[in-house]
Amino acid sequence: MIAALRADLEIARRGYARYAAYPVATLAGLFTNTLFGFMRGFVLLALFEQRSEIGGYDAAATLTYTWLTQALIATVFIWGWLDLAIRIRSGDIVTDLVRPIHPLRAALANDLGRSAYHAVFRGVPVLLVGALMFDLIAPAGPLEWFAFFVSAALAVVVSFAFRFLYNIPAFWLLDFRGIAVLAMILSSLFSGFVIPIAFFPDWLAAIAHATPFPAMVQIPIDIFVGAVRGPQIAVALAVQAAWAAGLLLLCRVCFALGVRRLVVQGG
Amino acid sequence: MTVAVPIIEFEDVHKDFVVHRKAGRLRRERTVVRAVDGLSFAVERGAIVGYIGPNGAGKSTTVKLLTGILVPSAGRVSVAGLIPAKQRITLARRIGAMFGQRVQLWWDLPLIDSFDLLRHIYRIPEERYRQNLTEFRELLELDPFLRTPVRQLSLGQRIRGEVVAAMLHDPEVVFLDEPTIGLDVVAKQRVREFLTAANRERGVTVMLTTHDLADIERLCSRILILDRGRLVYDGGLEALKARYGGERTLVVDLEESGPALRVTDARVTRVDGPRQWIAFDRERTNAARLAAEVASQAALRDLTVEEPDIEDVVRRIYAERQVGRT
Repeated sequence: MIAALRADLEIARRGYARYAAYPVATLAGLFTNTLFGFMRGFVLLALFEQRSEIGGYDAAATLTYTWLTQALIATVFIWGWLDLAIRIRSGDIVTDLVRPIHPLRAALANDLGRSAYHAVFRGVPVLLVGALMFDLIAPAGPLEWFAFFVSAALAVVVSFAFRFLYNIPAFWLLDFRGIAVLAMILSSLFSGFVIPIAFFPDWLAAIAHATPFPAMVQIPIDIFVGAVRGPQIAVALAVQAAWAAGLLLLCRVCFALGVRRLVVQGG
Repeated sequence: MTVAVPIIEFEDVHKDFVVHRKAGRLRRERTVVRAVDGLSFAVERGAIVGYIGPNGAGKSTTVKLLTGILVPSAGRVSVAGLIPAKQRITLARRIGAMFGQRVQLWWDLPLIDSFDLLRHIYRIPEERYRQNLTEFRELLELDPFLRTPVRQLSLGQRIRGEVVAAMLHDPEVVFLDEPTIGLDVVAKQRVREFLTAANRERGVTVMLTTHDLADIERLCSRILILDRGRLVYDGGLEALKARYGGERTLVVDLEESGPALRVTDARVTRVDGPRQWIAFDRERTNAARLAAEVASQAALRDLTVEEPDIEDVVRRIYAERQVGRT
């Protein structure tokens, strides 16, 4: 048990190191995320010249939302991740299958390490720039800060599981990119990344809340800006945890089906 | 003496793949490709077995069956007493595998980091890991590039790293798919010496596929030759040469250039100035008799006898089978 956790930790450390090996890429990403933070911030501020509040978000909350999403882009990694699909197609997946660790577990540990790196080097700096340039809201107290970190970590797990899941069709399909693009569009829209889900018409918000996507972006942000508070925070975290567990389980089942196809049909 | 229990067993193993091909607008044609066709063999502990055959003979399929990445369509596979396809993860701790064309090391990390990560994944005891690494570093001269990211290694350096990665956890048996592919002569020699040492000193059973027949000549006590999913030869190298490679060649250097010599029960296959190549069947004559005959016709300066090389032997087996088939 302890040895297994130690292996996970070591894999996570390497996931961190892998991204730390490319500081220029980090810098370029950081620059882009910050730039878009300014652009989106000004656009939304213009919106609030007409109204003072939309779906419980005022100007300050919306600005905070904007900078937080920019800080979470890399950390949660809501966009393209095709590492697994590429390994399946190239046949390199074979090398993962001869290791005494489940590929899903290894990939999750690796992704947690990656997200730790991105949180420190592409999350915190973006948020700091936003906080220096604009009047942002901070969580109400230490408990809210703590809940936010737990929620962000759960968001990474949900996002990871979803990414892993949309890579699995590569076991059957030669062209897996179509599904991946669709998945990315769905996740950036319904996660509340583009605009807060609170801005959606009710029917669309209802659809969004029936999907795992808000658990990737919207929930941690709602906790940060105080749109979700008190006992509701516990409910929100439970929703995230349920999505994380459910999606990981689904990944495991689908991956096993994919492996079965591979072992019966060849790679 | 007790009869050794084989570490690898194949019992009448078949593996079929279903291939769908487009035929017409909607129809798909279904064809069954038989990659492995009734294969049976057993490998005893401590052997080094060479596994050769042309492309598409079923070599990689066999290695995948042995590691549990493929499930046999029929028949029984057993490795170290386990059923690979059913107990893949348990088996993974006890075997090592290296696929020559695939990168198993972590691409962005220094080589030593990959090793260290494997130590945790395989839960290799610290002490054992240190000993193994120290020994392997020396044998394969890894030190100059131990801290270089894998993506910056040359092919030869990377392959050496991959071989070590397959052996760090003291596997009972290793499957090496093309372990010398793309290596220069020196690196090839190093890998071969490494494998010989691992086999001799640690008793690791080694099974390797290769296109490089020199690997076979230097390493293997036993050869399995595969063609179209069937075993066409199973035995030692000498027996193989005796059976299929009867012809040896006597190379003579004469004092002066001249026309092709005339010799009984043999034929001159090539003349290059004063040097001539005489092929003979060892059943019908021998080198001494030929040398005497040559010396009686011309002034002889030097001579050597060339053994049939295994490439010729294998080519001959395949040719024979082609004839047999049509």
